[in-house]
Amino acid sequence: MAQIFHRSTNLIARVSILGAVFIIAAVTWALAALNRSPYVTQVGVAREQPVPFSHKHHVKQLGIDCRYCHTSVEEGRFAGIPPTETCMTCHSQIHATSPMLEPVRESWRTNRPIPWTRVYDLPDFVYFDHSIHVKKGVACVTCHGPVDEMPLVWKASTLHMEWCLECHRQPERYIRPREYVFRTDWAPREDQRELGRRLVREYKIDRPERLTDCSVCHR
Amino acid sequence: MSEEKGPRVEMATPFDPRAAILAPGHTYASITDKISALVLTRRTPRGWFLGFTIAFLLLMLLLFTAAYLLATGVGIWGVTVPVGWGFDIINFVWWIGIGHAGTLISAILLLLRQRWRTSINRFAEAMTLFAVACAGLYPLLHMGRPWLFYWLLPYPNTMGTWPQPRSPLVWDVFAITTYATVSFLFWFIGLIPDLATLRDRARRRFWRILYGFLAMGWRGSARHWARYEMAYLLLAGLATPLVVSVHTVVSFDFAISIIPGWHATIFPPYFVAGAIYSGFAMVVTLAIPLRKFYELEDFITMKHLDNMAKIMLATGLIVGYGYMMEAFMAWYSGNPYERYMILNRLRGPYAPVYWALLVCNVGVLQALWSARVRRNVRALFAIALVVNVGMWLERFVIVVTSLHRDFLPSSWGMYRPTIFDWTMFLGSIGLFLTLMFLFIRLLPVISIFEMRALLPETAPTPGGGTMRPAEAPTTS
Repeated sequence: MAQIFHRSTNLIARVSILGAVFIIAAVTWALAALNRSPYVTQVGVAREQPVPFSHKHHVKQLGIDCRYCHTSVEEGRFAGIPPTETCMTCHSQIHATSPMLEPVRESWRTNRPIPWTRVYDLPDFVYFDHSIHVKKGVACVTCHGPVDEMPLVWKASTLHMEWCLECHRQPERYIRPREYVFRTDWAPREDQRELGRRLVREYKIDRPERLTDCSVCHR
Repeated sequence: MSEEKGPRVEMATPFDPRAAILAPGHTYASITDKISALVLTRRTPRGWFLGFTIAFLLLMLLLFTAAYLLATGVGIWGVTVPVGWGFDIINFVWWIGIGHAGTLISAILLLLRQRWRTSINRFAEAMTLFAVACAGLYPLLHMGRPWLFYWLLPYPNTMGTWPQPRSPLVWDVFAITTYATVSFLFWFIGLIPDLATLRDRARRRFWRILYGFLAMGWRGSARHWARYEMAYLLLAGLATPLVVSVHTVVSFDFAISIIPGWHATIFPPYFVAGAIYSGFAMVVTLAIPLRKFYELEDFITMKHLDNMAKIMLATGLIVGYGYMMEAFMAWYSGNPYERYMILNRLRGPYAPVYWALLVCNVGVLQALWSARVRRNVRALFAIALVVNVGMWLERFVIVVTSLHRDFLPSSWGMYRPTIFDWTMFLGSIGLFLTLMFLFIRLLPVISIFEMRALLPETAPTPGGGTMRPAEAPTTS
């Protein structure tokens, strides 16, 4: 009876046994890499907006404070997206006829909000509150990156749980004095670890075992 | 194989049909012909199509239920506070338990040189695999979002955490994946020489290629056999602890908690015995119709059924002892919650289930003390079915009665399975039977080469003439 398989099958079989290990490892690695890549996380990808609002212009060049627009950041869970009225406080006078701002004026006329594209969207199963973070010395730029350098905002952090835990496990590495939370140009003048440890005591930040309890964020 | 040891002692004694593990009159060729014919040449019996159709319809029921479950959520089941573990965990434990007989037969009986395992190990191992597949469905679907099942595995994830190593549910993941992997390897490696036989005997090119691919180039050379034997023994050694460990870990799901009726040190041995008990009941349930419809009485003899009945009796008695100890410890501990738990089982709303379980698992079992019952195929089949039901009821009692009345009367409640609990359960039986029917049709249900190795024992019988026609005693 003739052989069913050609001689070369032996080699293919041996190679595939060896190859299986590498293929499985490579696929796992590729999936992990893809999961952390900007393609999935959108980190560093500037988002199109209905109006090309530039944080760089408003924050860095004009020096407007974060809280001028994001009003509820100190008191609430949600930092707040400014209503059209906030834009119009200035833009009814400045660049009042600019074609670029037509969607803003249209929103003002029709009383319909501007449909901004959300950049930071936490999953619904995570409880997150801006106010507590601001009060304990987590600066805007710590999570949102150099917003004053962004013509169009991009995500500066993955929002992966490992990223949250990075700080919850060692807050002393990231926090700063409360009064500098809204500053974009602040840098510690002493060792961050030392400063951080002092602030952790001063602000009564819980120990990492408590901060990393499941129910702190997943309520 | 090391069968050439010269005449054995048993050979001198007259042939006893009741003790034979292979009916006399067979040759190497006849064994190979008879077993491989089931797959290659015999026409598929009508009964197979009928059985497969029924099984497949049940499988569709499972797929329908699973689809509806994924679209809607676990709310379609009867699980709610306080009974958060309903049919899904009951069925999970039941199926996992059934799998244990296959591993016991293939690994422990091999190491103990129980040669009667030979004709039942193949389909018992297949049964193990299919039962584990059915069992695995339930925890996955219970998760609610089964597509995230891989969160249970320790891999470098973006969550910055590892699975909680203190949770027995995570131990379960390891126990069951290990179990499934080792069982599959054991089964597959055992199949290789037979796949090569099928490859050589298949007439159509498609089947030659398929079986040839699976046989992985087996030529039956002495070197192949030497390595094969070594690999098989090593795997048997690996699988042996699994017989004990898997159901021990499953019992930890309960025993690690502090719920009365679960928090008991007897749980691991009692679960393992129960697993082997229900597993052998399932092997008997499958073996009896199989040998009848495929005329395999020569290979699966009365001796096999008798031995399996004895194992059922032994493990069933251990399970009965477990029930006794549960009741005794509830009284002896003086713990009011434990005591209430037993009284609630005996007299509470689920009391009929508890009494039914005692009748099925302990009462009916006592008939197996009689050799006449053990050799009565119909009676044995009926008892095995009753034990299957009884072991399912046992898991129902453990899961439900402990949860529905815990420490606080204000949180008491009742558990009522919904129609989808039942369709899911029937559907998993459909999955099991569908796989079983396909296995019977596509692979040799009995190990051909191992049966041939039994020949030197039965062929020449100096006392009662040689090569008698098959006359295995059958009462069915």
